[in-house]
Amino acid sequence: MSDPLVVLEGVNKHFGDLHVLKDIDLTVERGEVVVVIGPSGSGKSTLCRTINRLETIDSGRISIDGKPLPEEGKELAQLRAQVGMVFQSFNLFAHKTVLQNVTLGPIKVLGAKKADADARGKELLERVGIASQADKYPAQLSGGQQQRVAIARALAMDPKVMLFDEPTSALDPEMINEVLDVMTSLATGGMTMVVVTHEMGFARRAANRVVFMDAGRIVESSTPEQFFTAPSSDRAKDFLSKILTH
Amino acid sequence: MDTVFGNLDVFAEAFARTLSLTLFAAVGALILGTLIAAMRVSPVPPLRWLGALYVQAVRNTPLTVVFTFVVFGLPEVDVKLPFYRFAVLALTLYTAAFVAEAVRSGINSVATGQAEASRSVGMTFMQTLRLVILPQAFANIIPPLASVFIALLKNTSIASAFGVFEGIQGMNQLINDDGSAVIAIILTAAICYLGLALGLAALFNQLERRVRAS
Ligand SMILES: Nc1ncnc2c1ncn2[C@@H]1O[C@H](COP(=O)(O)OP(=O)(O)OP(=O)(O)O)[C@@H](O)[C@H]1O
Ligand SMILES: [Mg+2]
Repeated sequence: MSDPLVVLEGVNKHFGDLHVLKDIDLTVERGEVVVVIGPSGSGKSTLCRTINRLETIDSGRISIDGKPLPEEGKELAQLRAQVGMVFQSFNLFAHKTVLQNVTLGPIKVLGAKKADADARGKELLERVGIASQADKYPAQLSGGQQQRVAIARALAMDPKVMLFDEPTSALDPEMINEVLDVMTSLATGGMTMVVVTHEMGFARRAANRVVFMDAGRIVESSTPEQFFTAPSSDRAKDFLSKILTH
Repeated sequence: MDTVFGNLDVFAEAFARTLSLTLFAAVGALILGTLIAAMRVSPVPPLRWLGALYVQAVRNTPLTVVFTFVVFGLPEVDVKLPFYRFAVLALTLYTAAFVAEAVRSGINSVATGQAEASRSVGMTFMQTLRLVILPQAFANIIPPLASVFIALLKNTSIASAFGVFEGIQGMNQLINDDGSAVIAIILTAAICYLGLALGLAALFNQLERRVRAS
């Protein structure tokens, strides 16, 4: 029954003296949507970034679809191609048009023909609702539009799993929903997702599981319903009371 | 003054060589320097160390020593080339360290998120550099590169001490022929350097404007 796609075992990570990830065990099943939540500095971004090895780890094991993360090099690049990443600050290629942002990976990494990549890219832009902006540059788009391009860029690689690190935190409130809607439809479509976010509406609607982190540890892992209505740890209760009063 | 005007062809020939030394060494240094800059930002620590070592060693060595090393050292290991080619090689090796620093600071001027996004879609280090970082760094590399190449233009004069006919040797030859015109000859040589340097600067200005507009 269980079909693990992303597996972290005993992962530890330091930044100098700072112990940022402490004995992290986390398994994400194929098709599962995991929301990671926790106070600032608890290690959520770092956790997310270790999964595609944007951050290296000090000890423990991480594997994706049964394969351990390789060392830096071609093999790692190939693995990263299967892991989509969406950043808080979008990080669209500033010197490329919207469409080129989406097709660069498929053409250069997957060896797709330009015509095929363009067709697929336009389809994806259509899907995230920005087909009409294909020839603009990222700086000409709103934050919400940029983030949707970033999602399309990741999708263009046909990833096995997508990582989202606070994808809506840098957005004006009125743009948050347009991005969450795209993410919700991905979740409904069966995409495996790890999402760092404080958007509780999204977590309730789309997540199979909520993982609560504090000070580098996974303190709690439960269904959204259970987590938001009856958290078991005091740290989670405390945290929830703070974000709910905002 | 007659010595100057009567020997404009000598100046032309001599400074054409100064210019060709500059151009060949500039191309060589651009290639080598970019490679060294790539080493310095690569994910492989030994490459980073090697790149840093090269830059530090060369930047802290007088150009004359680099010339001596190439012109007298290489023949010891049976590398024998005409002096002109040795001079291009010495200037290339020396200038590459400065090009590397200009390119590296340009690379560092590009937001780190660009490289992270590029690695996240599965690009290798070299693809990231070539397709995402360098195109965005280019505009910021041009101004320091212009200074590096103007320094190179002036540095070609060292070649005169190593048997290469160029601007300074041309100048010395004319002074030997007619000692009375020494000031006019030196001033003319200086004007030749100035003209070439201003030409280079104008070229790079134009290039920068084009790149920023695109
Ligand atoms: N590159 C780095 N070098 C040194 N320390 C870092 C680095 N990146 C993160 N840290 C530190 O590690 C800790 C965990 O950071 P991380 O970004 O993972 O937290 P986070 O849970 O994502 O927080 P936030 O909600 O603010 O994004 C923090 O104390 C942070 O200051
Ligand atoms: Mg974070």
